[in-house]
Amino acid sequence: MSPVISVRNLRKTYGKTVAVADISFEVDEGEIFGLLGPNGAGKTTTVECLQALRRPDSGDIRVLGFDTLTEAQAMRRRIGSQLQESALPDRIKVWEALDLFASLAPEPLDWRVLIEQWGLADKRRASFSSLSGGQRQRLFIALALVNNPKVVFLDEMTAGLDPAARRVAWDLIRAIRDKGSTVVLVTHFMDEAENLCDRVAVVDSGKIVASDTPRGLIARHTSEVRVIFSTDFADLAFLEKVPGVTAVTKRGPRVEVEGSGPVLALVAAALVGRGIIPADLSVEQPSLEDVFLKLTGHTVGE
Amino acid sequence: MNTLFKLTWVELKLFVREPITVVFTLALPIIFLVVMGGVFGNEPSTGDMIIYRGVGAMDYYMPSYYGLVMMAIGTVALPVHLTGYRERGVLRRFRASSFSVWSVLGSQMMVSFVIAIIGSILITIVGIVAYHPHLPVYPWLLVAAFIIGTICFTCFGFFLGAVLPSTRSAQGIGLILFFVMMIVGGAGPPPEVLTGPMRVVGDITPLHWVIFMLQDPWLGFGWHTSASLITVGVTLVSAGLAARFFRWE
Repeated sequence: MSPVISVRNLRKTYGKTVAVADISFEVDEGEIFGLLGPNGAGKTTTVECLQALRRPDSGDIRVLGFDTLTEAQAMRRRIGSQLQESALPDRIKVWEALDLFASLAPEPLDWRVLIEQWGLADKRRASFSSLSGGQRQRLFIALALVNNPKVVFLDEMTAGLDPAARRVAWDLIRAIRDKGSTVVLVTHFMDEAENLCDRVAVVDSGKIVASDTPRGLIARHTSEVRVIFSTDFADLAFLEKVPGVTAVTKRGPRVEVEGSGPVLALVAAALVGRGIIPADLSVEQPSLEDVFLKLTGHTVGE
Repeated sequence: MNTLFKLTWVELKLFVREPITVVFTLALPIIFLVVMGGVFGNEPSTGDMIIYRGVGAMDYYMPSYYGLVMMAIGTVALPVHLTGYRERGVLRRFRASSFSVWSVLGSQMMVSFVIAIIGSILITIVGIVAYHPHLPVYPWLLVAAFIIGTICFTCFGFFLGAVLPSTRSAQGIGLILFFVMMIVGGAGPPPEVLTGPMRVVGDITPLHWVIFMLQDPWLGFGWHTSASLITVGVTLVSAGLAARFFRWE
């Protein structure tokens, strides 16, 4: 099966600033694909080129088989788009915008359902200018979906949403994927990429530095698991002999054991074998944040 | 096609919700009509100085104010609307969702016609009730002139909306053009009293020719061929420049 999106050697510069140096990737049908990276990494420029809103300096882009340079309009009709910087007329009402955007598609979704799903039902008759940041964001996502697109581009879709609304948004995006649409997600939120994406490309300074499933990235690029518990037992040298353990640190009653592989089970077994049964045994798995730090040498906020 | 009509309908509602443009395009011409009619009445001038092309002031102003409505659309309403759309990212939003340039500009063209028709009907009603002007002698020629004039100023508005960089510049330049054209272009004082440079400037405004084109069928002078050709020329140049310089963002 050919990929829904294929990007080869995309490059885009603004004057002397290189926004996208050289990016290539493919997205398969029914995936939630994430572009993860700090601000200014080139994520937004990349998806804008994919939507034919910017003209790349070089590179080949296919979206749903369409050449974005020559078949932009046909491609746009089949995609959904939520942009970081855009607006609607101040005095347009929520329902009018949805009704208008639905008219572009041959088989649109029922916007009355979308308006409920995205929590805008009581704002139906409100004008765009009276909406809060989060409400505007949800309206833009609803507008991106109303034409029943095959591919949806979401650029920082949860920016401005409160934590509860973010969870709802994630569930709704998963539901879209489950119905067969492909989702391209631009985000700088680690938890969003980790929770929502089937595959993530880590973007830094206009390049993709790694690309895999979130679990795959973590497994490949970090190895250390931290097992933490408290005990009054003084002699813990036996823990260093447990297979996989690389370091044991004790600060007062708190003990941290670092290691790789199934170290939690082995440490737990060793402790029980010595009659130590801590009530607070826990494990810290490495996160995408650790991967990001390792790959780029800085955190996402820097 | 569905999108074009939906967008036109939404744009009409947006127009009505924007008080400034309603005042400029619909209310201002009515106010001028009432004031000018009250001052000059409708008796043709006599004596040495022939003003208002030798007809009554109200017979002169009725078709002129049709032109004034069109001109307000082309200099103020449309440029401010289009530059605002571009500045705020509305055009970008439209483009990403596959609105074509034809539906965006086509809807504005339809809105222009609706506004021009409503404005002209209001002028006609108020004028007839208040000052009893003569009715158009060649109504079908007047309709033709009306269509050409509306298309002309709509394209002029597309041109200004395409080349002006911001809403602020559109407001400033639009208002200057509006008042200059109104005063020296034939919708202000009788053109015969303008002298020297004022008359020259008046002669080069598009409004001057649109007004001639509208007046001649109304007053029974026939069809003003040169005015209609100049108007078509302005339309083509404006449309060409608008197409050349139109930007989504």
